[in-house]
Amino acid sequence: MHRFANPARFQRIADPLLPWLAVATVAAFAIGLVWGLRVSPLDYKQSETVRIMYVHVPAAWMALATYTVIALASAASLVWRHPLADIAARAASPLGAGFTLIALITGSLWGKPMWGTWWVWDARLTSVLILFFLYLGHIALAHAFDDPQRGARAAALLALVGAVNLPIIKFSVDWWNTLHQPASVFRMDGPTIDAAMLGPLFVMALAYLLFFVTMLLLRMKSELLGARLRALQINRAMR
Amino acid sequence: MSDMQTWLEMGGYARFIWPAYLAAALVLGVLAIASVCRLRRLHRALARLESETERAR
Repeated sequence: MHRFANPARFQRIADPLLPWLAVATVAAFAIGLVWGLRVSPLDYKQSETVRIMYVHVPAAWMALATYTVIALASAASLVWRHPLADIAARAASPLGAGFTLIALITGSLWGKPMWGTWWVWDARLTSVLILFFLYLGHIALAHAFDDPQRGARAAALLALVGAVNLPIIKFSVDWWNTLHQPASVFRMDGPTIDAAMLGPLFVMALAYLLFFVTMLLLRMKSELLGARLRALQINRAMR
Repeated sequence: MSDMQTWLEMGGYARFIWPAYLAAALVLGVLAIASVCRLRRLHRALARLESETERAR
């Protein structure tokens, strides 16, 4: 990983990748949407509302994955002072907040017709809401100091402490009685949902993942440019 | 009733399904547009500052 630590090398690797990643993201979303909204069959219990799953489940997966990336980057930043780690964490947290927001909104739109309620204060829903607030706290803290280094340190500590929420979210459906159904894809005995629904689900998951990688690289570029701009401005003010 | 209309009605669940897709598209769209605009703005600001520094020499 330290091979990529150099910002100049990061730019050399990221710049040629970005257009391809952007095209792949759009293509994956196009295929996933047509497959999920038009081709895929109805569920015998949920009928058409099963289609909400294709935007909801990948968003929830990415909400957890993005936080994992931020927690790992924060650890790398605190332990090794890796120069790109803070930048990656800062660039990722608005994306994670977005994924979590999508999971909350679409989950609620599925819950109304299927459970009969928009929201319940059960373990899964509450722990995901906490995840959303952790993201907001991380964004606020990273920008709260005049010295970006201090902000990054504070945000990294918050991210590591908040990581305790990740297993709580994942296993909340097993540990407590909740309205939310247990895992049906990533389970020890294999997926329990039909292959006809697994297809569009995975394409949409790939689309979300590609979107995340594209936006992460693009936003990391912005963070690096911003740092250079600040350095130049300080340099000029000193003269 | 046309095929298209049946599809748009989503078995009577249109008012839940379409807003779910719309909300996801809005959130991802805002993130993408804001990120690209910020990168462009920084590029411009940096180019301006660098050319000014160049002239000042």
